[in-house]
Amino acid sequence: MLPQFLQFLYSGMTVGSSYALAALGFTIIYNTSGVINFAQGEFIMLGGMLAAIMAGAGVPMPLAIVGAVVATAVVGLVMEKSVIEPARNAQVVSLIIITIGASLTIRGLVQIWLGKGTHSLAPFSGDTPIVLLGASLLPQSLWVLGVTLAIVGALAWFFGRTLLGKAMLATSHNKLAAQLVGIDTRRVLLLSFGLSALLGAVGGILVAPITYTSYDAGIMLGLKGFVAAVLGGLGGGVGAVAGGLILGIAEAMTAGYISSSYKDAVPFVLILLILFFMPRGLFGAKLSERV
Amino acid sequence: MKCLQSRHRGLLILALVLAVLPLVLPNAFYVDVAIRIALNAIVVIALNLLIGYTGQISLGHAGFYGLGAYASAALTTHFDWPPLAALAAGALATGLLAWVLARPVLKLKGHTLAMATLGLGIIISIVINNEGRWTGGPDGMSVPAFALAGITIAGETSWYIVAAVLLLLMTWLALNLIDSPVGRALQAIHGSEIAARVAGVDTTRFKVRVFVLSAVVASIAGSISAHYIGFITPGMAGFFHSIELVTMVVVGGMASVFGSIIGAALLTILPQLLQAFEGWEVVVFGVILMGTMIFMPKGLVPSIAQRLRSRRK
Amino acid sequence: MLTIEHLSKSFGGVHAVQDVSFTAREGAIHSVIGPNGAGKTTLFNLVSGIYAPTSGRIMLNGEDVAGLAPDALARRGLSRTFQNLQVCMNMTAIDNVMVGAHLRLNQNLFASMLRLPAVRRMDVQCRAEAARLMEFVGVGAYKDADAGQMPYGALKRLEIARALAASPKILLLDEPAAGLNHTETGEIEELIRKIAQSGVTVLLVEHDMKLVMNLSEHILVLDYGKTLAVGTGAEVRANPDVIAAYLGAPA
Repeated sequence: MLPQFLQFLYSGMTVGSSYALAALGFTIIYNTSGVINFAQGEFIMLGGMLAAIMAGAGVPMPLAIVGAVVATAVVGLVMEKSVIEPARNAQVVSLIIITIGASLTIRGLVQIWLGKGTHSLAPFSGDTPIVLLGASLLPQSLWVLGVTLAIVGALAWFFGRTLLGKAMLATSHNKLAAQLVGIDTRRVLLLSFGLSALLGAVGGILVAPITYTSYDAGIMLGLKGFVAAVLGGLGGGVGAVAGGLILGIAEAMTAGYISSSYKDAVPFVLILLILFFMPRGLFGAKLSERV
Repeated sequence: MKCLQSRHRGLLILALVLAVLPLVLPNAFYVDVAIRIALNAIVVIALNLLIGYTGQISLGHAGFYGLGAYASAALTTHFDWPPLAALAAGALATGLLAWVLARPVLKLKGHTLAMATLGLGIIISIVINNEGRWTGGPDGMSVPAFALAGITIAGETSWYIVAAVLLLLMTWLALNLIDSPVGRALQAIHGSEIAARVAGVDTTRFKVRVFVLSAVVASIAGSISAHYIGFITPGMAGFFHSIELVTMVVVGGMASVFGSIIGAALLTILPQLLQAFEGWEVVVFGVILMGTMIFMPKGLVPSIAQRLRSRRK
Repeated sequence: MLTIEHLSKSFGGVHAVQDVSFTAREGAIHSVIGPNGAGKTTLFNLVSGIYAPTSGRIMLNGEDVAGLAPDALARRGLSRTFQNLQVCMNMTAIDNVMVGAHLRLNQNLFASMLRLPAVRRMDVQCRAEAARLMEFVGVGAYKDADAGQMPYGALKRLEIARALAASPKILLLDEPAAGLNHTETGEIEELIRKIAQSGVTVLLVEHDMKLVMNLSEHILVLDYGKTLAVGTGAEVRANPDVIAAYLGAPA
């Protein structure tokens, strides 16, 4: 009984961490611009795919990882500069459609350039499962969890202690006020996309050894990452991580105890429930609008 | 364009085009594309009522389309229902589902509304994919021909007439709706929801109504398409199809009935043209979506209309 | 006609409106004035159903309507305009006005789609009435225009036309002269007087003191959400508290 439960828990936490990283990416962009970046999933896919391709071509792992992360971050920057910035004053609907368009474009280009096959990345420290409390845990899972926590910590330091991070936070709270105190909000927006792309890529690389990656890996990951972000209230790091973990574990439990073919429906049922009953998510702030 | 003349003019042109088209098209393949355009256009017009006129968003409308298609397919295949009854049942069930979910969903705005409709569409497509016993699962299922009172609709010509008539009907109904108190209420909800409420519009009720209407129309179009194409797959209810429908609305023109028809035409033909270039279809769709929203946010028909109007001045 | 009794509204720790009471007499023009942040628009939002009060009653023709939604209030004959224009820019000018008449028109989806003769007839009538209202408020020149093409001053009057299309018994005007120049303000003054003469009770929030003093029979002065003074123009002008808090120089 317990080992089985723990097994589901471990796999849930692992995949939940990747959702958490995706959720963080969504949250950062949403907070600086109000845009929901439907292309976030593609950033995750790019990280995994590019690293896998490079490693497969003989590039040493550390270099492949760095290369993939940097390349994806660049894609994020390019995306912001070319399609988000020109439309930054458009309505929410338009921006959503633009990011959907970007996601399609990125995915299509990857499909053309790298084909439809699946690729894998070698696990960072081998694939001998560790037995913990009667259930087995892949070493890669520890990497996923560990790096996620490290990133969350780094982001907390970045947003809390550095000038740039605080500038980004200021922009998210009140764009006009931030501009008035001299913050270049366009640069902040650009950086937020780059940062989110970077986080997405890291997440993709971390899970690629476990789940394999392909050109369409981004769709579901992106959508689920968004669900996790909304679950957490689209507010801050804590919410995103909590949302991701809760979602991952819920999915794993559903797959294990109820039905594995419906596990993909879990995030969407959850999002409907959350949006109906708790639209501000678990950690979202109360909002009052002035008419 | 609000005056009577203009509306009748548009309908007349449409009727003429539809009448002349089969005579001009070289072979059955093109007629098939025309039929698909017409059936898509019906859904897009209804979706535009929701998105363009009322200012809401739905990223899950293919789900309703799929429900209609699979209701027709399953009821006629597994239970020997007459096609019309299956269509009606599908429309009713879809309408009911939309009605139940509309109120909580439409309380949301912007990206949360987008997400909720997205989730809904995906849940429907997952269910269709999984319940293989009724739906044939990922491999899809075949659909018997549409027969009414002993007469079976078969062959391109008969189907073209059916599709053309339905498109004309939908266009007429939509144009009527827009130029009426209900239509103005919907547009007011888009323009300023608070002003609409103050004027006495029960905004929630109207949003629900147009949501249910567009869902039912999508379901009926799905049913008819199922009988026409003869074979359906879960992809019909999938996320990408929902995006295709939204693209047709957006590219053709928000808040434009004829724009919806143009949008449906352009984006039904496009995949046919790109069939040889796998992967490019997705890229082109993506580029079109981005380009339209950046350079022509109102869509093709309204932007052109605006440019013509300003040139006249 | 309209009586506000001990109305209060708090947003968390912010007491926007505190224990305000006021009576509006039928067919007269009343004003609510006060410095920025005094709670005037909040008061309006309370009366027009956009906010629900924390406590207190709003009696409209003897019925407590506190907390009712704006569309329910519209059905009871209350109409309003907005401080920051809420005109539907996606519609034509005349359609905007016709929306105001919504409650008197057929709201059936199917009747509209089928364009039944009854709907058609009422629409023609409604359009003529809307055109007449546009003339009445002074924007008749824009009868065939899109809302997006109209200048700011005209849009403010268009909103009033929309509010009037509902044949309200009481009309709330939120800063109708905001952003208008001297001439335009004079025209608005005339318009408001015409409206009151036709029997509509008018409640006004305004900063333009000349307008307020010229029009109002009865003035409520707010400061920090509380009632500072209530009375006629002359009484309010002479009130030392009001002078101290607000008026300063003569209008």
